[in-house]
Amino acid sequence: MAEKPAVAGAAPIEVRGLTKRYDEITAVDGVDLTIEPGDVFGYLGPNGAGKTTSLRMMLGLIRPTAGSVRLFGRDPQVSAAALEGVAGFVEAPSFYPYFSGRRNLELYAALDGPASGAAARIDEVLETVGLLDRAKDRVRGYSHGMRQRLGIASALLRSPRLLILDEPTTGLDPAGMRDMRQLVRDLAARGITVLLSSHLLVEVDELCNRVAIIRRGQIAYEGSLAELRRTAGLSYRVRTTDDESALQILSRQPAVSAVAVDSAGGLSFKVADEATVGDFSLGLAEVGIAVLELTPKHATLEELFFRLTEDGAGPAEGVQEPGRAAVTA
Amino acid sequence: MPGVLAIYRWELRKLRAQKRTYLGLGAAAVIPLIFVIALVAEGGRPEDVAFGRYVHDTGLAIPLVLLLFGSIWMFPLITALVAGDIVAAEDRHDTLKAILTRSAERHQIFAAKALAAGSYAVAAIAITGAVALVAGILASGFNPITSLSGTEVSAPHGLALVGASLLVYLLPILAIASVAVLLSTALRNSGAAIVGTLLFSLLLQLVDILPGLGTLHPYLLSTQFDAWQGLLRTPIDWAPIVRAAWVCALYGIPALVAASLIFLRRDVASD
Repeated sequence: MAEKPAVAGAAPIEVRGLTKRYDEITAVDGVDLTIEPGDVFGYLGPNGAGKTTSLRMMLGLIRPTAGSVRLFGRDPQVSAAALEGVAGFVEAPSFYPYFSGRRNLELYAALDGPASGAAARIDEVLETVGLLDRAKDRVRGYSHGMRQRLGIASALLRSPRLLILDEPTTGLDPAGMRDMRQLVRDLAARGITVLLSSHLLVEVDELCNRVAIIRRGQIAYEGSLAELRRTAGLSYRVRTTDDESALQILSRQPAVSAVAVDSAGGLSFKVADEATVGDFSLGLAEVGIAVLELTPKHATLEELFFRLTEDGAGPAEGVQEPGRAAVTA
Repeated sequence: MPGVLAIYRWELRKLRAQKRTYLGLGAAAVIPLIFVIALVAEGGRPEDVAFGRYVHDTGLAIPLVLLLFGSIWMFPLITALVAGDIVAAEDRHDTLKAILTRSAERHQIFAAKALAAGSYAVAAIAITGAVALVAGILASGFNPITSLSGTEVSAPHGLALVGASLLVYLLPILAIASVAVLLSTALRNSGAAIVGTLLFSLLLQLVDILPGLGTLHPYLLSTQFDAWQGLLRTPIDWAPIVRAAWVCALYGIPALVAASLIFLRRDVASD
């Protein structure tokens, strides 16, 4: 079947109801994602959550059990033509160990076809990833970091508008991680849309403007990290001269939730906004209760991530799931 | 989009960069040499096979005797060594995901691989034939050969018949290569595909000699390894050659179709 041309204005990635079942196991379960041009989109999740399986479906390597993938409006299951303008790798990039780095790139360029102009870009991409001086060596002798960089180089040969990278810093030393992140930043600055799968929060926080968090094959959150932090709510801890009365006052406040007595003494609670905290402190003063301590407790990104992804856990308190509420992008 | 020919050229380059290719082609060259050296050194002759009694009279008999010996396991093994690895190697190196996310379609990659496996098999037979002819002629001379009908065939005509025999011999070899490609695609493991192909070949040989299965004999792949002998009769007996063509197609084409369907539909996931 002939594949239709890329749809003008179509999103780089549009995934609807994407599902993959293996016998009894549902690896990916009804994933919806839209990645807009210019996004550096983080795809976060613990190992085994379904990240790589969904990426493989996006690249046409695995047939979905249900649902659809569109890359710039085209279906990668129909034809390799849907991958025009798309490049990247899933899990580790792979090469023929008996060929040199350059020879591998020549092979991949040949598979891109003569019209792609990929063969003429080999030196340029080797230079970009800093492998020009090792290009003649067989890949068999490359370190993990060099293979990762060669993976980026083979992706860049395609002059992609969308780059799909699966855990690109995994196994790299700190300097390698820094260089790889800088490379991703540079590519994004060139206007390339990036889908970056990772289980490293710091990395996603540093690089991505939007994220989706996947847990047991389902999207637990999609939106910006700032929004995720904000919607997690504001938590406070308070210690007063009369915690018992303070607890009663707190319980009467309309916009306060999750009130609890701390085992270490004092109370903890959540509010929707800071004004509520002001009202509460005035209420305490009115009845002659002095505040000994009032401290905000911000959930770290890690805490939010664990709340969203740990086994048996639902969405983080205060975080609403996409499709159910307003946090969706 | 690249053409199949461009991808095929790269498949050949991959084969040229792998040791197993040289192991197979090396065996195809060395075995006839060893055979000729042994003949010269020992002075005996394999009397119980066709043309065996002429190995000291003409070098043209050497490749023909090797074709008879090689059909049991040597040529099937040499063929399977590469054809059984042609798809499984991509699984071993985990490179399928890399080549299938470029601009080539799956059917193009499969076609290039099947062509490359076939080309290697052709090269192996050509090398054995060439080495056996050269070494045989050096050892026993470029003399007329006696056909299976007992008539003498001139040396140049005999040479042409040997060349044609090698071509006919390629029919079952290419069918074996197709089975190896199928096993390589289905099992995703080189070792299993090579051993499986060899077992398939040996099983057919076994069926061939089982009593009571004589009616199957003309339709066994193993039988087609002898079809070239029709060329060395006077007049030429085309019947076994024509039968070899369609019987080998009956084995080879379904194997390739099944392999291509598996390749086109398979999920490329890490195991």
